[in-house]
Amino acid sequence: MENFLASLFTFQGFAFYLFSFLTIILFWITVMSNNVLYAMTSLASGMVLISGFFFILGADFLGVVQLIVYVGAVMALYSFAMMFFDATREIKEKNTNGAVVFVLGGLSALMLVLMFAAPIHSESIQALYPMHEGVGNAQDVGIVLFTKYLVPFEVAALMLLVAMIAGIILAGKKMDKSLTEMMDEDAGEDEILTQKDEK
Amino acid sequence: MIGLSHYLIVSALLFSIGLIGVLRRRNLLMLFFATEVMLNAVNIAFAAISHFYNDLTGQMFAFFVIAIAASEVAVGLGILIVLYKKHGSLDLDDLATMKG
Repeated sequence: MENFLASLFTFQGFAFYLFSFLTIILFWITVMSNNVLYAMTSLASGMVLISGFFFILGADFLGVVQLIVYVGAVMALYSFAMMFFDATREIKEKNTNGAVVFVLGGLSALMLVLMFAAPIHSESIQALYPMHEGVGNAQDVGIVLFTKYLVPFEVAALMLLVAMIAGIILAGKKMDKSLTEMMDEDAGEDEILTQKDEK
Repeated sequence: MIGLSHYLIVSALLFSIGLIGVLRRRNLLMLFFATEVMLNAVNIAFAAISHFYNDLTGQMFAFFVIAIAASEVAVGLGILIVLYKKHGSLDLDDLATMKG
């Protein structure tokens, strides 16, 4: 307890506890809320706070990328997609038994953590690409990314291009027709079908 | 002092929250949100290990996770829009057309 209080009054400790408390609450709202707007807003603010974790950890470039890509691009994409769906409506879900889900989720997460933490626990790990003193994080990242990880970087760029084309083609089909009109047409076709059946 | 285990515990908590969401949700859009939570939790663990072992590899993997998440969202949302146009709902139980 004394340890906890002592760490709470350092800058890093205070920021860590504040960010972790807030992210856990915000992501809990994301997972539990029945309203899409609430879930999306809390997810976006949780991601902003996660970039705070990255800044504490000295991964400045990663924090900036998190802000730009996640909060800027991904959440904007989600909010654009929500315009297609009826966002103000409460989502009705037939939820399975809560206790079972909690126990299963907790247990499998614990198992995954143990599986991945077991090799980390050993002391034999040594740095493959160590950070350099006196060099900024962005320079360090750039050197490693463009020498050791050049091929995965290019493959990721290609993957993003493919994803962009796929997104445009999938979402762009019948973009000139409105969704509600299409539903009316469907309803009309159903009526014609039922009339045929009656005949 | 805040150590590696503190960060790993927070990351594990966030990951289990995301996993609970994936198991619990029936709406596809909310399912996507839960997977984003899980990806972010993993990124925290990567950045923390990278910091405490003084190694840049963790940050590299976090970058690739972010790139994969971005492309997943682009393709996934396109598929969701097509599904919504076809079925008029995003509920997983409504989409089960194969009655087993």
